[in-house]
Amino acid sequence: MELGTIWFLLWGVLWAVYFVLDGFDLGVGMLAPAIATTDNEKRILYNSVGPFWDGNEVWLITAGGVTFAAFPGTYAVMFSALYTPLMLLLFALIFRGISFEFRAKVESASSKKIWDVIHAVSSFLPALLLGVAFANIFKGIPIDQNGILQGNLFTLLNPYGLCGGVLFVCAFLMHGALFLSCKTEGVLHDRALKVAEKLWPALLMVAVLFLVLTALYTKLFANYLANPLLFAVVLLPVGGLLMQRVYIGQRRLGLAWTASAVTIAGVALFGVLGIFPALLPSSLNPAWSMTIQNSSSSPLTLKIMLVVALTFVPIVIAYQAWVYKTFSHKVTEKELDYDEAY
Amino acid sequence: MDTLMLSRLQFAAATFFHFIFVPLTLGLSILVAYMETRYVSTGDEMYKKMAKYWGKLFLINFAIGIVTGITLEFQFGTNWSRYSAYVGDIFGPLLAIEASVAFFLESTMIGVWVFGWDKLSKRMHAAAICMVAFAANLSALWIIIANGFMQNPLGYVMRNGRAELDDFVALITNPFAWSQYVHTLSAAFLLSGFFVAGVSAWHLLRKNEVEFFTRSFKIGAVFAFIFSVVVAVQGHVHGNEVAQVQPAKLAAMESHWHTQKNAPMYLLALPDEANSRNSVEAIGIPSLLSILAFNDPNAEVKGLLDFKPEDRPPVALTFWSFRIMVALGTIMPLLALFGLLKSRKLQDYPGYLRLMLYAIPLPYIAIQAGWAVAEVGRQPWIVHGLMRTKDAVSPVEPQQVAFSLLAFVVVYTLLGIVDIYLLVKYAKKGPAH
Repeated sequence: MELGTIWFLLWGVLWAVYFVLDGFDLGVGMLAPAIATTDNEKRILYNSVGPFWDGNEVWLITAGGVTFAAFPGTYAVMFSALYTPLMLLLFALIFRGISFEFRAKVESASSKKIWDVIHAVSSFLPALLLGVAFANIFKGIPIDQNGILQGNLFTLLNPYGLCGGVLFVCAFLMHGALFLSCKTEGVLHDRALKVAEKLWPALLMVAVLFLVLTALYTKLFANYLANPLLFAVVLLPVGGLLMQRVYIGQRRLGLAWTASAVTIAGVALFGVLGIFPALLPSSLNPAWSMTIQNSSSSPLTLKIMLVVALTFVPIVIAYQAWVYKTFSHKVTEKELDYDEAY
Repeated sequence: MDTLMLSRLQFAAATFFHFIFVPLTLGLSILVAYMETRYVSTGDEMYKKMAKYWGKLFLINFAIGIVTGITLEFQFGTNWSRYSAYVGDIFGPLLAIEASVAFFLESTMIGVWVFGWDKLSKRMHAAAICMVAFAANLSALWIIIANGFMQNPLGYVMRNGRAELDDFVALITNPFAWSQYVHTLSAAFLLSGFFVAGVSAWHLLRKNEVEFFTRSFKIGAVFAFIFSVVVAVQGHVHGNEVAQVQPAKLAAMESHWHTQKNAPMYLLALPDEANSRNSVEAIGIPSLLSILAFNDPNAEVKGLLDFKPEDRPPVALTFWSFRIMVALGTIMPLLALFGLLKSRKLQDYPGYLRLMLYAIPLPYIAIQAGWAVAEVGRQPWIVHGLMRTKDAVSPVEPQQVAFSLLAFVVVYTLLGIVDIYLLVKYAKKGPAH
């Protein structure tokens, strides 16, 4: 396979991994106000993602870094064209990271309340913004031949973009609820499970709507029709979505979470394979799209990066897997006695 | 203001704010790792208490360091997209490597350290903070190699209308970058030493936990002293490199206008940038500038007038920043040395202890000034000699940047206030029992 194509696929996979991993802790953040009533319950929720969220977020940095390294042309156009949504995402991530660390450090109840609101909002915004941004990328963004956006924030808030945003929010909520149902006991477990059960039909509806709108608003299916074998990829999100319901019904919650992960990764890969070989299609003129061809790095850079990725990504996966295993126990009140706990 | 100026201000604000928190992260992680390793090897509970207390201050500081770092990666694309496209083939991989080899490890292990006190063996737990310290400092290396390319571009060829990677080894062994790394790291360690010593001094003045804080003070002072010497000695070596690689920066650091041999250094000088001269020049020491720049009294030092006005860095800012850095760099080793010599009877020197408390901001100021010399002194180039800053900026509307700049200033100010409040609160609280 050609180097550019390999990097295109890795690029898609990195975003998919990021959505899967940060998806559940963003989901937990959004769910906290609905599920937790007492301070201790809130702390259990925050601490359930405590050992993981920081490492999860680095997948975003890496996905961004790889876009920069492997496709600098795309990175330049994508990040400057999406200036305002990216800035919003950035501020959300700043506040979210800080709210984990600072919430418990100020003892007054009113300040905790403020941090709780900040945490929920700054977990919701990335989910929404990433969904809107990626749906728009799937659809194509109005960039001209110089890579300049002909439009503004509101251009991105079209029906398809918004549907993508809602889809991401629902999928992350589900992902978080299933994570919590695995990681907690007692009332928290029951409430999380109930949310997952109630959320599923809504998620299904949004997903179906998204697929329909995809056919109407995007050219994603062109690649699939040209190469029907690709439809196997569509089975991932569809199958994942259906299996979630089955596993929730059987109370096999670890598997339900895995099915949710497959759904999220599947949606991302579905879109990415649909826009191939463009990374950022132009909705004005296909010739103005940012593609593997016109935006990738030199072969030498791609080669060096491949060596780095093949060496270090498995190592990263190994130690992150070890962390998930080490902290796989249920989070209970006992956990809150830690000096450094959130 | 136009997009360029707003973007420059925004990047400066983001970098300077990030750089308030990063140096302490780099050094304090090592000190905490040292304390916990000592606890594991000696079994002395005092060291565990130290690791926990200083570790808590570390975490408060670490949180802001991380989130403000994300900002910087984004900004290359949002605000400097032409730069990103032009040198992305070289600059991009360095950031991507930083994330995959260092930042992942740091962010993953910090979670293990915080939540693993009774889930892991003592050894594994100490290993986690050692890995955090290692990864944080490794992370800095890749970032500074990336910055080194902007200061002294190596390992590239011009092809397809942009800079493409040609020699990866040359890129990552860039001597200028490594020299900056040693300088920056020593400065960060010195800052962390002063932080630990200064906080300890506050408690010693109040006779809180005297043994705990005497030992902490000593660790801080040793660290501060060693690295204040390294930073000064190596700073001179680095100055020689700047003279070779970036003569315009050197001239701006000294506000040196006329090219001459046996160039003197003026102890009193006031740059008058508008008229391309110094309004005051007094107490010149003959040949000193030639010696400092090239270790040779006869060496010729190029003056600013030999550079076209559009190729000169902002003189006053570079000049004053350099002076502040050097002045503080001279005071700090002396302060640390005194503490080391008197470390057994610190209580007898309350004046000194008070001084050390007030000295906490000094290394911060010195580091920011040093960064200003490096970055402002590099102007008007974003990549020295290769690409001008004005050609690097994104084609975005000035209103967008104005709005995000305003948001940055407001948010960063708030975060700064909350962070300092928390640091002070937990520093005052003392170790847990």
